[in-house]
Amino acid sequence: MRNRMLGIFMASVCFLAVAGSLAAHHGAAGYDMDKQLVMKATVTDWLWANPHCFLTYNATDDKGKVVSWAAEVSNPVDMTKRGWTKHSLNVGDQVTVTVRPAKNGAPVGQLLKVVLPDGQTLIGWNPAVR
Amino acid sequence: MHKRGAILIVELIAVLALSPALHAQATPPQQSDVAKTHRAAVAPRRDLSGIWDVEDRMAGISPTGVKSHAPFTTEGANIANNVYKPGDGPRRVPIGLVNDPLDGCDPAGFPRNLLFELRPFQIVQTPNQLLLLYQYQKVWRVIWRDGRELPKDPDPQWYGYSVGKWVDDYTFVAETVGTDERTWLDNAGDPHSSEMRVEERYHRVDRDTMELTVKIDDPKIYTEPWLARDKLRLKLLPPGTSTMEMICAPSEAEQYKKMMANPLSK
Repeated sequence: MRNRMLGIFMASVCFLAVAGSLAAHHGAAGYDMDKQLVMKATVTDWLWANPHCFLTYNATDDKGKVVSWAAEVSNPVDMTKRGWTKHSLNVGDQVTVTVRPAKNGAPVGQLLKVVLPDGQTLIGWNPAVR
Repeated sequence: MHKRGAILIVELIAVLALSPALHAQATPPQQSDVAKTHRAAVAPRRDLSGIWDVEDRMAGISPTGVKSHAPFTTEGANIANNVYKPGDGPRRVPIGLVNDPLDGCDPAGFPRNLLFELRPFQIVQTPNQLLLLYQYQKVWRVIWRDGRELPKDPDPQWYGYSVGKWVDDYTFVAETVGTDERTWLDNAGDPHSSEMRVEERYHRVDRDTMELTVKIDDPKIYTEPWLARDKLRLKLLPPGTSTMEMICAPSEAEQYKKMMANPLSK
C-alpha cells in the first residue's frame, strides 16, 4: 500500500515537473480555459512534429453528426519526456479524448488527455497550467 | 498505523527534496537541498566545456518573455506597440494576428535563443573558439577567443559576431554585435536594433553549476542597458547525454498553421 501511494505520488511529481512548457510562441489565448469536452473519438492522424504535435480525430456530436477535430499538445521533445512517442496513437484507434476547446467554436482544442483502448491514460496538455 | 503514516510522510518529503525538476518549479533557482548538504566539486580552471541545461526548466523556456526590461525609447515603443504582434506577454494578440517570425520558422537568432527555449546546449572549447551547440533549432554559434576585435561595421547576421575572453579563472565574458533586427528578443515581442551590443557572462560556480547573465545595450530601442538574464543557473549534464533535435521545418509549421492556427483565428 505504501509503495503504491509512493508510486502515485512520484507520478504526480513527474507530471508537475514536465508540465507548463506548452504554450510555446503561439500563445493559448484562443482556447476556453474554463471548459473541457470529453469525446469518444476515432483517430484519423497523429502528427509528431514541431512546433506542436497534434491529433486529428472524428467524433459524433450531440446531433449525430460526425465532426473532424484537431487537438494539439507540445513538441516532440516535451512529449517524449512525458512518455509519448510517434506511435502512441494510430489511425483507427478508438479512444476517449479530453480537450479544452476553442473559444470561437471551431473544432480544435488543446489535448488534455487520451484514454487508449487498453485503458492506459496519456496526459497531454496540463489543465492546471494556463 | 501512526508509525506507518509518519514513515510515508517522511518518504514523501524526501522525494520532494530530491526532485530537482519539482524543486526548480516551486522555488527560485537556487542551490538544491541535495547540493547544500554536499561539498560542491571544484570547477576546472578556464573551462566551460560540457553539456549544460537550465536548472529551472521554465525559466529557460520563458514562454511569456523576459521578466522586465528598461523603458523603451520612442522608436522602441513604436515597434513594440504597433509593429510586433506577439502570441504571449503583455501585448499578446489572438493567434491569427501573431506575426512572430518564429511561426514561419525564421531563426530565433541571438540573443533570443538565450531568452526563449533555452534548452540543453553543449559548449566545446577549441584553442581559439568557444562553440555553442544548441538543441533548440539545432544551431551553433562561435565565440572567438583569439584576441580579435569585433567588426566595426558588420553585415547583420541572425546570430551576430561574437568575441570573448576569460576575465578570471571561472568567468568568461563574450560581446556580440551585428545581429539581425528582424529577430525578436523574446516571446513577448520585445524588439532590438542592429546596433545592439550583447554581453554574455558565464560564471562557473562549481564543477556542476554555472550562472549566465545577459546584458542588452541598445540605445536605439531602450533608454538604458538592462539585464535580460541575471545569474540564470545552469547545471552540468552527464557527458553521455544525448539530446533530441528540435527543428522548425517550414512544411510542418505550415501544416500546424492550417490545422490549428487558422481555425482558431476565424
